[in-house]
Formats: sequence, structure tokens, C-alpha cells
Amino acid sequence: MQLIHCPWCGPREEVEFHYGGQAELAYPERPAELSDQDWAEYVFYRDNPKGPFAERWSHNAGCRRWFTAVRDTRTYRFLGTAKPGEPLPVTQQREARV
Amino acid sequence: MADTLFRTHPLAHRRAALAELSAAVGGLSVYPEDEVAAVDLRVGPVGPGGDALGRALGTALPAEPNTWTHTADGQLIWLGPDEWLLTSAGGDPAELERELGWVVSAFDGAAVDVSAQRTSLRLRGELARELLSLGCSLDLRPTAFPAGTCAQTHVGQTVVLLLALGADDFRLFVRQSFAGYLADWVLDTAEELRAAPCHPAALANLSEE
Ligand SMILES: [Zn+2]
Repeated sequence: MQLIHCPWCGPREEVEFHYGGQAELAYPERPAELSDQDWAEYVFYRDNPKGPFAERWSHNAGCRRWFTAVRDTRTYRFLGTAKPGEPLPVTQQREARV
Repeated sequence: MADTLFRTHPLAHRRAALAELSAAVGGLSVYPEDEVAAVDLRVGPVGPGGDALGRALGTALPAEPNTWTHTADGQLIWLGPDEWLLTSAGGDPAELERELGWVVSAFDGAAVDVSAQRTSLRLRGELARELLSLGCSLDLRPTAFPAGTCAQTHVGQTVVLLLALGADDFRLFVRQSFAGYLADWVLDTAEELRAAPCHPAALANLSEE
């Protein structure tokens, strides 16, 4: 089992954490102008890169805070974590949307 | 006629078994502790809110994650970057909630009586760390987890709030409904220590024979 580094509590066992999906999703600036297609993409469509991916994780069993982690989806290795609002610990690759 | 209900300790039914274990295994003492008042405090860690709360409590809020400090009759425990748990052996929970709530409400904070949420189990002795390490992934050696530190983590399958009171002295706050499980986990896991005592004194005896 690997350790995930909570930005507050430090390294803890993976089972203490909960996955929260893709990070850094900006709420639409003018929500009233969104089409159904735009809404669907905002609410449901997520990147699925092969490589580093910025995600939200929650330290469920510990401090119960949300934070950002960059995880390599090929190896499941955590490349770094950061408190909300802090710059991402590692650059991530975003998949180009077609 | 309806039966009269008396309030009992959540670990009342494990008391005897834990006492027997403590008597049988040298270097290990496990017992349920008396219930304390507990208030969950939320306030911004920096700025006037934290200061005002510190003044009301008579001690500064522990800002360092995973630490706790003494208060007059209890403990002030770090739970999160803007969250602490106050315990008080003599305090009235409703009174504490009202008084502290009044202090922090001026700073968008909150104080909530959570006395009924947890109960605590005390583990002492030179085998206490050995026992905990069989179900807890943290490094509990005094160099890494000295007196004054705490952690919310897993022991066995349950979440606990683990406090180091001394080098061989731990307090485990556990949800009341999980307390029986935790006591059973301790009793079950300690079988290993009964069968093959591995503390230095026992090993010394073995090598002499
Ligand atoms: Zn944490």
C-alpha cells in the first residue's frame, strides 16, 4: 500500500483517502448563456489522460480536508499534493479535446 | 410499566475482559476512561477569531497539525486547519457550547457539543505501542510520535483520534458505536502478546533459560 502526503497531516496510508475527480474545473463565467451541450460537458465530461492528472482528494479518515494531488494514471504514483488555492505541485498534461 | 433506562458506559461490558488482559500481560494496561465533555470548535486559524478563542480557553490554539495542548481540565486537540476539539473533565457540555459559541460567532466560527460522539480507551505500558502497531500504520515511536502529538487515523478497521500522552501512554478517542469493536480488536490482538511476550524483560528471561 502506498502513502499519500496530506498537505496538513503528512504521509498517511492510501485507505484514509477518498477520490474526488478531476481538479481545477472552473465554473462557467456566464452560466445563463450555456447551451445544453456546454452544460453537459461542464457537468459530466472529464479529461482522461494517460500520465499526470490533477485530481481532488479528501483525507477522509484524518483531517477531512480536500486537497489537490497530481497522480500518474499509468503508474498510480502520486507526484505531489497541494492545499486548495496553492499552485499545482507538478505540471500535468491535459488531453487535447477533439 | 416501562423500564427505567440508566446511562451506561459504552464499554461497560468490556471492562472485565480488559482488566483481565491488563493483569495477564505485563507491560500492558488497557481500560475505558470516564466520559468527558467535548466541543468541536471551528474558527479561522489566523486573525482575531483564533486569538479570542485562545483567550477564552486560557491557552493558544495548537496551530501545528497533529498536536494537542493541555487546558485547565482537559485537552485542546488539532483536528484540521480550522478545527479543534476541546475536552473537559468537569465542564458542562451545553454550557461550554454556549459560552464558546458566543466567542467564535463574532468571527464566523462555530462551537458544537459533540460529547456523545466519542468515548476513550487508554492504553499504557511498554507493550502499548507494540499492540497498536499491529493495527495502525503510523510510526508510533517516541521520536516520531512524542507526547503532545495526535493523529486521526485507522486502528484495525475503525477511525480513531489517537493521542500520545507520554512515551508509553496513549488515549484513543473512538466513536461510541465503534468502541466495542475497538475493545474487541485490542482483546483479540493482544492474544499475540500473551502467547509470545516480546518485551525486553521477557526476552531476557528466555535467553537465561
Ligand atoms: Zn489530513
